Amino acid sequence: MASILTNLFDGVAYGMLLFVLACGLAVTLGLMNFVNLAHGAFAMAGGYICAVLVNNSGWPFFAALPLAFVGSAVIGIALERTLYRHLYSRSHLDQVLFSIGLVFMSVAAVDYIMGSSRVFIKLPAALEGQIDLFGVGIGRYRLMIVVICGLLTLALQLILAKTRFGSRLRAAVDDPRAAIGLGINVPQVFAFTFAFGCGLAGLGGALSAEILGLDPYFPLKFMIYFLIVVTVGGSSSITGPFLASLLLGIADVAGKYYVPKVGPFVIYTVMIVILLWRPNGLFGRTAAR
Amino acid sequence: MTALSDVSTHAMASARWRISEVAFWVLALACAFLFPSRYLIMTDIVRLGLFALSLDLILGYAGIVSLGHAAFFGVGAYSAGLLALHGIINEPVIALVAAGLVAAVLGFLTSFLVIRGADLTRLMVTLGIALLLEALAERFSDITGGTDGLQGIEMQPILGLFAFDMFGKTGFLYSLIVLFVLFLLARRVVHSPFGLSLRAIRNNPLRAAAIGVPVNRRLIAVYTLAAFYAGIAGALFTQTTALASLDVFAFERSADLMLVLVIGGTGYLYGGLIGAVVFKMLQELFQSITPQYWLFWIGLVLVVIVMVGRARIHRLVLFVPNLIIRQFAGRKAAVAVPESEAS
Repeated sequence: MASILTNLFDGVAYGMLLFVLACGLAVTLGLMNFVNLAHGAFAMAGGYICAVLVNNSGWPFFAALPLAFVGSAVIGIALERTLYRHLYSRSHLDQVLFSIGLVFMSVAAVDYIMGSSRVFIKLPAALEGQIDLFGVGIGRYRLMIVVICGLLTLALQLILAKTRFGSRLRAAVDDPRAAIGLGINVPQVFAFTFAFGCGLAGLGGALSAEILGLDPYFPLKFMIYFLIVVTVGGSSSITGPFLASLLLGIADVAGKYYVPKVGPFVIYTVMIVILLWRPNGLFGRTAAR
Repeated sequence: MTALSDVSTHAMASARWRISEVAFWVLALACAFLFPSRYLIMTDIVRLGLFALSLDLILGYAGIVSLGHAAFFGVGAYSAGLLALHGIINEPVIALVAAGLVAAVLGFLTSFLVIRGADLTRLMVTLGIALLLEALAERFSDITGGTDGLQGIEMQPILGLFAFDMFGKTGFLYSLIVLFVLFLLARRVVHSPFGLSLRAIRNNPLRAAAIGVPVNRRLIAVYTLAAFYAGIAGALFTQTTALASLDVFAFERSADLMLVLVIGGTGYLYGGLIGAVVFKMLQELFQSITPQYWLFWIGLVLVVIVMVGRARIHRLVLFVPNLIIRQFAGRKAAVAVPESEAS
């Protein structure tokens, strides 16, 4: 019984991590309809920034996390302004080719700079080990992930629903032309959103180094997971991808624990079935364009 | 002249063999005698060309963007390997066709999944199928050999006459003949009314349906055919290298394939073949400059191609040859940019 709960908790932590990693993609892919397979590269950038700061420069872990966010966001906005924005109106094939090219470049570049072996981030002692909660073993690190990611999700939901920027973004996504007509600077809103999504991915990358492992092939290995979160979750709200990540996280952890041999098999099958059953995602409203 | 006969004369004219095409194949055959020390890489190019031809059938002609075409390559490779390993079908040519048919069956079954949904769903489903097969191959390691791959494959002589030699000459000629035969078939298919209807579907599925083209049936048919081609390419891989490992399903293989096709140009049959030659030469070049980091340069090529624009690059490359042809032959350029790029 206790092991079931521990697994469940691990799954929730894993799912929340996936959500933070992928929610930027939910905006670019789901809302702006841009197929960005290179999203994992931004996550990897954040992870390596954090690793370098903590391991080489001796920064405390919690101080390096915001830097991972900022670093990835800066890289994201630089690429958005120079390259991505020319591709919004191009065909999906072009977008796929372009982002695969970016992934390849990032993989080789990180391999060149940082080496090909897996990188570990030194964690503060307070985050190691487990605490016992009503007889259920809960990893401290995972608990921290759940807290951070939960707060982030709440904040995102509030920003989208309550702030002026959130309503601008929703307007820009629903109908860019009408939004421009109303005086909303749509390219700026998109650029800012893109950068914010990249920043979140970077933060997720830094947090996930301990759980998912950080090496140059990170963007390729987890690309499918991010895509699953977005396509299965749908793009009409932030709740869809959130629930999809939780589902994926719990299913993946449970699959690896209870049926280790068919774990990945189950996930891909479920994904294909869901996409066939509801091509716009489990929680999607808008038609896939 | 009625519109219908106009269309058919146009189709017949474009289906006629041109001198440049004949020259292309003579040149390909001549390579066997010109570069006797480079058989292995030339076989690689031929195989890749066949694989790219297969993707072109669905991407260039039918407009289906697939990220998991390696699935069929892998199924073909493992089928050929298993057939040879267990001595079920010893004759390579029959085994080749059998492996292609296995891939075609898989293509037929999965085509129903692929024709549903828009671009994004297709991407995900094709990618998912390839990953699924990779996971399966890893799971049933007692059949596939798991991460070690199939080992100890011994190929019998082709048609009982031509044994595979260690320099790969037989392998090269065998692959080239297979490519040529399948190319002829593909050429016949794309110039047939069936092929024309595919192009109509690519340009506008709704309109194609409105003029009476059975869109879904056509897509299923061409997807199955492309799977057959990819399966044969995979089987050739196993037969000429006596090897089948998990990386036949890898995502990188599908991604590289797209690059091949994009370099050569989608929507005309030589695109895949020319792309395969250029891609392999680029790869060799990058690997000799930076053995470990060539992936970076491949990625850069992709990004540059997309940023500059695929059609524009092809126009640039073809500018000089077309100028020469126009000057000397006094007619329209033989090698033209495909009339519209796939979306």
